[in-house]
Amino acid sequence: MAHGEEHAQVTVIPPNKEKIKKLWTVAGILGFVTAVEFLIAFTMHHGPLKTSIFIGLTIVKAAYIVGEFMHLRYEVKVLFWSILIPMIFVVWMLVAFVYEGIAISDVR
Amino acid sequence: MAHTTATTPGRSEWDGGVSPMGVSYGKLMMWFFLLSDAFTFSALLVTYGMVRSSHQAYTGAVDAFTFSQAYWPIPEKVYEAIPFFHGVEMPLVFVGIMTFILIMSSVTMVLAVEAGHRMDRKAVEKWMLWTILGGIAFLSCQAWEWTHFIVGSGGPNGGANLAHNEYGPPDFAAFFFFITGFHGFHVFSGVCLNFLIYYNTVMGTYDRRGHYEMVEKVGLYWHFVDLVWVFVFTFFYLV
Repeated sequence: MAHGEEHAQVTVIPPNKEKIKKLWTVAGILGFVTAVEFLIAFTMHHGPLKTSIFIGLTIVKAAYIVGEFMHLRYEVKVLFWSILIPMIFVVWMLVAFVYEGIAISDVR
Repeated sequence: MAHTTATTPGRSEWDGGVSPMGVSYGKLMMWFFLLSDAFTFSALLVTYGMVRSSHQAYTGAVDAFTFSQAYWPIPEKVYEAIPFFHGVEMPLVFVGIMTFILIMSSVTMVLAVEAGHRMDRKAVEKWMLWTILGGIAFLSCQAWEWTHFIVGSGGPNGGANLAHNEYGPPDFAAFFFFITGFHGFHVFSGVCLNFLIYYNTVMGTYDRRGHYEMVEKVGLYWHFVDLVWVFVFTFFYLV
């Protein structure tokens, strides 16, 4: 077949063991953090402290996914900040609206 | 890095001819699409946060919890069933399995991308298949989760739909359907895209093209879906 010959021209580079090992390490960290979250879910009382810990751990997981899996940590600085800076608006929106929600529940 | 091309005085790298962001057009557009998608999901989750914080929270003991319209339910009492163990209370175990599946399929995706960098068609095929399988497994779990949520304890007043909800305030079920549904639809589109990539890989399209960048672009999307689940998991099932 015509494209069979083209396959033959492709040179396959052998796997980079170190890089693959690093990816599995990141996966291990994600799994470990999730396990810790489960532990906290059943051992701590509901409250602002528990919520803060969960949000903190979520940000840790998000950082590993975006930084390592999506490779953003290794991209050019301009790209890195172009993605991260707009998220400030989201953080502000979250703070503003949850504050608003609490105010509504006080009025009720 | 590759983008640090020497620029002649008076000319910046933004004047054209080079990529200042060091990525191809397609990858850059995928990043900005994902940013916009992140805004959409954030809007949904922030609205959820606002409505939830405007409701009364349950303050009593976890063991004494009963479903009521008066306060927002606590997650470990709503999501406590897993398939094949009817009537056995295992809070959050099933959603833990779903989280594990999605993280694993993210790993197999990143391994497919790595294989693509090496032009290793066989390895890309293998890892793409695992990724597709993970996606389908996740969707199947979600189908079961939704069914369980909709049916609930059975009877005319059991379960939840958009008008009525046995677990708590009606908004609770509405947000559950909307946010996990919107995420599930993203997973579904991701599985379709992954299949397309797998098909093209098998057909030798990327070998002929000389690079496997499409795997990378769809990989970005797939990781984003995983990322969103991390947030949905926290705000729906843990907090």
